[in-house]
Amino acid sequence: MHSTRSTIFFVLVMTTVVALVLAFLFNGLKGTHERNEIVYNKKAILSAIENELGESISDMSDDRAEEIFSTKIKQTVVTVAGDEVEESYIENRYKGGKAENIDLKKEKKLDEDEKILPVFEFNTDSGEKYYIASVRGSGLWDDIWGYIALEDDLNTIAGVAFGHKGETPGLGAEIKDNEDWKSQFKGKKLYDENGDWKSVYVRKGGAKNPIHEVDGISGATITADGVTEMLDRGLKYYESYFKTLQG
Amino acid sequence: MSQLKELEKKEASFAFGKKERKLLTDPLNDNNPITVQVLGICSALAVTTLLDKAIVMSIAVVFVCAFSNLIISVLRRSIPKSVRMIVQLVAIAFLVTVVELVLKAVNYPIYVELSVFIGLIITNCIIMGRLEAFAMANGPWKSFLDGIGNGIGYGIILIIVAAIRELFGKGSLLGYQVLGDWYTPNGLMVLFPSAMFVIGILIWIHRSWNRSLIDVS
Repeated sequence: MHSTRSTIFFVLVMTTVVALVLAFLFNGLKGTHERNEIVYNKKAILSAIENELGESISDMSDDRAEEIFSTKIKQTVVTVAGDEVEESYIENRYKGGKAENIDLKKEKKLDEDEKILPVFEFNTDSGEKYYIASVRGSGLWDDIWGYIALEDDLNTIAGVAFGHKGETPGLGAEIKDNEDWKSQFKGKKLYDENGDWKSVYVRKGGAKNPIHEVDGISGATITADGVTEMLDRGLKYYESYFKTLQG
Repeated sequence: MSQLKELEKKEASFAFGKKERKLLTDPLNDNNPITVQVLGICSALAVTTLLDKAIVMSIAVVFVCAFSNLIISVLRRSIPKSVRMIVQLVAIAFLVTVVELVLKAVNYPIYVELSVFIGLIITNCIIMGRLEAFAMANGPWKSFLDGIGNGIGYGIILIIVAAIRELFGKGSLLGYQVLGDWYTPNGLMVLFPSAMFVIGILIWIHRSWNRSLIDVS
């Protein structure tokens, strides 16, 4: 019924039409996609200091998130050695050249002396200061990441926000969804009384140390261990920079 | 020749009679894609943890199912038989990509939550099944209605399962807390096996209510 030639012709015409329509649609929506992604990330960062902001992130409009970011957040980029990085250097790696443009997924793979780290400094209206650090590690199935807000002393945790790519809903995914669990991190300290590095542990079976440990999540031991490892390693990268801040 | 013309004339009408209504309602009950044909189970397990995800997924499937039926039905006389399936897949993949691009622009958080499952609509057996079984043999208007009917038949089960799972797994519906503090969320309900139980129970209820579905053999 159909010759080979007409079959090939039909397929060619169809794929061309489909490809053209999709290409136009993709280009037309590209701007919106990029903006959505940027705002989504900014809201994720802000959710680490949701209490200090006094605004609910889930009800926040996109414009409001952008406004807070441009007026109240100071962005800095530092190296593991503790030096601030020039904008032109970041621009080589990420378009935009700001802390918000850094992709930690790429940075995670680099050697320590090549890594650059974003720091978001949040100034409240009453003059308090918070620093938000960005960390990334591995959960059970895929990457997990987090934004950790520290108080002015660069030791006490003010709030956390976690994200994950594919943790199990109801188990590992609780690190993102469970507000009660996340609120445990508030007030925990990274250093002990002697000033030694302790980080914060997620303890299976319940926290024993009130200053450095939080409860585990039942059924999510590997994800929780991933969080512990991520915090210990990820926050340690910032140590030198935080030391220079304290003088 | 005159027969074909008459047939085309018949197809071009947008009549909405008893037959057409049956196309819409049949998949909701007697011929439900999930509880009767047991198709599309994979996504029914995966995206039914939360109600809002299930609703977005249902809308996406209704859209893809209706328009792929329409496209294939319009083209059905000119599609070379040897590449029939590939052409059907191109139509489905095209529509799914449209859904993905639009959703990413309209509601980014839901797009992130659904992640790969939007893309996996391509492999949903319901859609390919309707193209083969219906759109290749019927006119565009009827095929379009059949697509909507089957999409809704799939979506309605998805939404029921998601409502049950979110209510008992989190004590909330659409993110709003419905059950009070006295209720301890049942963690099993948000895991995949519970979807299997819930769908199984739904099939049971469906069959005991609609006796014509029970095989006598």
